[in-house]
Amino acid sequence: MGLYVLRRLLAAIPTLFVIVTIAFFLIRVVPGGPFDLERPLDPKVLENLKRVYGLDKPLFEQYLTYLWSLARGDLGPSFVIRDFSVAEVFARGLPVSIRLGLLALLVAVIVGGTLGVIAAFRQNRPADYAVVGLATLGITVPTFVTAPIFQIVFGLMLAWLPVGGWNDGAIRNTILPVLTLSLPQIAVIARMTRASMIETLRANHIRTLRAQGLSTATIVRHALRSAALPVVSYLGPAAAQLLTGSLVIESIFGLPGVGRYFVEGALNRDYTLVMGTVVMIAVFVLIFNLIVDIAYAVLDPRVRHG
Amino acid sequence: MSGMQWRVKLAGATLAGSLLFSAAALAQATYHRGNPGDPESLDPHKTSTVVESDILLDLYEGLVTYDAKANIVPGVAESWSTSPDGLTYTFKLRANAKWSNGEAVKADDFVFSFRRLLDPATGAKYANILYTLKNAEKVNKGQAKLEELGAKAVDERTLELTLENAAPYFVAQLAHQTGLPVHPASVGKHGKDFVKAENKVSNGAFMLKSNTPNDKIVVVKNPHYRDAASVKLDQVIFYPIEDRSAGLRRFQAGEVHTYNDVPTDQIKFIRETLKDQFKVAPYLGTYYFAVNTKKAPFSDARVRMALSMVIDREFLAEQIWGGTMVPAYSFVPPGIGNYAEPAFANYKDMSPIEREDKAKALLKEAGYGPGGKKLEIEIRYNTSENHKNTSIAMADMWKPLNVEVKLVNADIKTHYALLRDKGDYDVARAGWIADYSDPQNFLFLAEGNNQGLNYASWINPEYDGLMKDAAREQDLKKRAEILKKAEAIFMREQPYLSLLYYGSKNLVSPKIQGWEPNVLDRHLSRFLSLK
Amino acid sequence: MADAVAIAGRGYWASAWLRLKGNRAAVASLVALILLALACLAGPFFTGHAYDRVYQDYVREPASLTVHPTADRIRPALERVASRMRMSLKEAEIGPVSVRAVFASPRAIDERNLAFIERSDLFGPAKVTERRAEGREVAVEVPIERNRFLFGTDANGRDLLTRILHAGRISLAIGLLASGVALIIGVTYGAAAGYAGGRVDMVMMRIVDIIYSLPFIFFVILLVVFFGRNFLLMFLAVGAVEWLDMARIVRGQTLSLKRQEFVQAAEALGVGAGGILKRHIIPNLIGPVVVYVTLLVPKVILLESFLSFLGLGVQEPMTSLGVLISDGAKAIQGGTYLLIFPAAVLIVMLFALNFIGDGLRDAFDPKDR
Repeated sequence: MGLYVLRRLLAAIPTLFVIVTIAFFLIRVVPGGPFDLERPLDPKVLENLKRVYGLDKPLFEQYLTYLWSLARGDLGPSFVIRDFSVAEVFARGLPVSIRLGLLALLVAVIVGGTLGVIAAFRQNRPADYAVVGLATLGITVPTFVTAPIFQIVFGLMLAWLPVGGWNDGAIRNTILPVLTLSLPQIAVIARMTRASMIETLRANHIRTLRAQGLSTATIVRHALRSAALPVVSYLGPAAAQLLTGSLVIESIFGLPGVGRYFVEGALNRDYTLVMGTVVMIAVFVLIFNLIVDIAYAVLDPRVRHG
Repeated sequence: MSGMQWRVKLAGATLAGSLLFSAAALAQATYHRGNPGDPESLDPHKTSTVVESDILLDLYEGLVTYDAKANIVPGVAESWSTSPDGLTYTFKLRANAKWSNGEAVKADDFVFSFRRLLDPATGAKYANILYTLKNAEKVNKGQAKLEELGAKAVDERTLELTLENAAPYFVAQLAHQTGLPVHPASVGKHGKDFVKAENKVSNGAFMLKSNTPNDKIVVVKNPHYRDAASVKLDQVIFYPIEDRSAGLRRFQAGEVHTYNDVPTDQIKFIRETLKDQFKVAPYLGTYYFAVNTKKAPFSDARVRMALSMVIDREFLAEQIWGGTMVPAYSFVPPGIGNYAEPAFANYKDMSPIEREDKAKALLKEAGYGPGGKKLEIEIRYNTSENHKNTSIAMADMWKPLNVEVKLVNADIKTHYALLRDKGDYDVARAGWIADYSDPQNFLFLAEGNNQGLNYASWINPEYDGLMKDAAREQDLKKRAEILKKAEAIFMREQPYLSLLYYGSKNLVSPKIQGWEPNVLDRHLSRFLSLK
Repeated sequence: MADAVAIAGRGYWASAWLRLKGNRAAVASLVALILLALACLAGPFFTGHAYDRVYQDYVREPASLTVHPTADRIRPALERVASRMRMSLKEAEIGPVSVRAVFASPRAIDERNLAFIERSDLFGPAKVTERRAEGREVAVEVPIERNRFLFGTDANGRDLLTRILHAGRISLAIGLLASGVALIIGVTYGAAAGYAGGRVDMVMMRIVDIIYSLPFIFFVILLVVFFGRNFLLMFLAVGAVEWLDMARIVRGQTLSLKRQEFVQAAEALGVGAGGILKRHIIPNLIGPVVVYVTLLVPKVILLESFLSFLGLGVQEPMTSLGVLISDGAKAIQGGTYLLIFPAAVLIVMLFALNFIGDGLRDAFDPKDR
């Protein structure tokens, strides 16, 4: 297993290289640059700025410069957040996003998993319909709708919780964002758990266990092992996505996470910031895929990595 | 609909919010200030937007500054005099003007700051605003040495600024954030990191305590400020709130005392629930659509005029923008300094039916309109609710002229890149907010040699000639007349369809005292206090 | 289990259809979905409004059963019309179907101006009944135009019901087609990677990682720049990214299915890789795949509104449910109806799809037969 992990990590380096290369050129082909503002700049001023940021050099040279600084762990200066380097921006924002994402993931796995198992055991009975109905609602109603609703209900009407702000990570300020973030995930996990649980419950070895009259808890434990497989492969990318933040949640609740930079950086053509987010997301995706593959091997002994 | 049920609850929410504050308020007066975005930089020379101006004007003070009503008043300079030819300004600095570390603000600091702004190595986005200074443009283009800039310290407290050409708006320009001084020693020591809270030395009413991107910026009272005794707030916290609806809700909950934008879709609700806490005031800005005058048939002024005439600006202002904008019949907004009444379009007082008949006649002359060729127009706008709704309404207003409209939206960068590169478009949205209160700041947008900003690619030698004459004219009244002549040509030719004058939209809690609406929408925290 | 091969050869589709018909929830949902689709297709012709008709006089009208204009609005509307015609309203007698009004002006009235009355969304063409005071006053009879906006109107005064129905067509098409594209690519790719295993699997999955990490926004903007706005491009853009998760899930499932007895038995019998994929692997993937598709449809429908934001996707005056919902969310406090109605339609649509999905899964599931 150790050797496998090592090999995967080594294999990640060329993957990252390919990602960085494609992304670098992709974002440069797109029209508009970081200095195309609603109030445009004087052409001369623009030239000065380009020189300051090295954008006046040939593209390939810029690419080599970027690779070189990336190899030394330097993500460069941001074009739009000019007082901070991209690394500083992530250093401040990533802990916020990871914290919110982990909490949301935890809530989603516990609540979603439990609901899914309950629904599977009560298939085609009211409890099952309730779970399926709620899950459908959870998937259909986007976060940009749930977030304002929570703000209105809990922040304005009941006035229990603050409407927005990070407030240095106070628990009161994290409740609504985590709730909003986890709802769609609860829904997805509940649906997937229910479906694969139903499949598993029909499998021979579980039928045998049931026939032997074992307790529900034991059956659940056995069934979950194989029922978890599709859920786990969904969780990999989902976790990578959750931990790298969400634009909607951050902008509506006013949180200093990194999720906004993927979209904002792109819309602002903040080249270095976008490249930074690409690298960050790629690292998360690669890590979580590795974790998923390992989890597969652990959960299903038949899957062996040759 | 739903607004009704909440109003009762709102009182409770505000109360809870105020309880939250009162705990902190016991210790010190903290003003929670909602800002529609995060600043690009706290380096005054690197910024260009109003988002930064509010913070920077709290942190720094220039030679001149704004009072609560945004009038230009002495800042670090206690007085100044102008040479008879209008080319030399001599500023006398206050003896008690100090940096936040206790050092005196010297004339040399300003010389350093102006040079830094215009130094090409700084990469200042708005360096061109001070091209009024002698040799400034050459310095910024690397064609002259920094020392050749028209800024000289006569002694510690006397600063002499020389101009390229006389400019009656020069003093007003100095109040812009690009005219703010930076502390030379800390810039020298920390380089571009001088903006970090731990390194920052400033000379305004407040000083920087912390800055977390997209979270908050905390500034505290500067004990060394020359007029510190009159500053009533101990601390101001700026929160970047990009989502306008979320900003409204945070204001309703009492989490921010002021917020300087609102979701236009909810104006009616805001007026009903927040009543006079919602403040709309005229703002020096014009909302317009540029017409591509290089492209047929838009190269025909008759076509442009016809299209402009039939737009029901009252409907746009009242219904689409919820009364937060004002119908525009000129390009320069009224209320601007150094100008009398702007030159209005000739159709301003025509009845709608007259306008429509006239427009049809003009189009017919040009060979289009009912009975003629069908006019096909693509309206381009950067993605936003308001621009979308305005474009839809405009398309509808053009229907009687037998015009077929296609709407195309793009993200803001793509949109402005297209305009800058003079891409292929018919009619495209744009807008302009004044940097300083002078008609020149609007009319220069249509000068033939203004490569970057003349989106319409409109070239009119007579107009350009008048603009040149105005730049040379010393007498303010005569200058205003010349500029008005230029604007009259503009309104006849309609390279831009000016639709609306901007209005400023503020949510102001009754707890805030001393808040005055003004045409530049500048509200320095030092004039505010908490009840 | 081992005789799955033989059964699949016989009426696989026919028996699946029979089972589907037996599932009441699925059938009811199918009927509901078809009705909804029909309403979206035909509905806009019966609402009495065109989806792009702007009613300047009915901007942001809340949802109600009321017939517009209400009596209290007729007089102010007439006054507004009068002031636009540079006249004043002297008298107005409001009847059930028409208004008798007298307009006055300090100068002789140019009757062409009366055409303006008709421009209002409240009134029909005016008929002059009497001229008085040497032509400075004119009495007219104006029919009142009755309109109903069941779901209210938007910021431009367009009927929301018509727009929702119109949007429903587009969103349903996007949801189903783009998900279909993602489904086909994802299942094929994922099953191939999982079944092949080893180095091939490794390379194929790294390609998925690469595409996953690339900034999607730039891809979309590029598509618009190079190919312009095109409805088909939207499917391409959505399909091109949304198959990734599907591929991952399918590949994971395939890896574990591959090791099961029945697949190994088939291999031992000499069935080729293609045959095994088609007969054994893919049918057994149906459970998780169907669930994932039901998750994908709403995601795609909402993603479309983001594409519209970037300039790809539907353009005004056309619209989609995603666009209506995201616009509605912005006006949530002032105009809740702008959010509730399009959201409700989307929810109904997805509930139906959900139950159909469940039904399909049960119907096609090889283990159930």
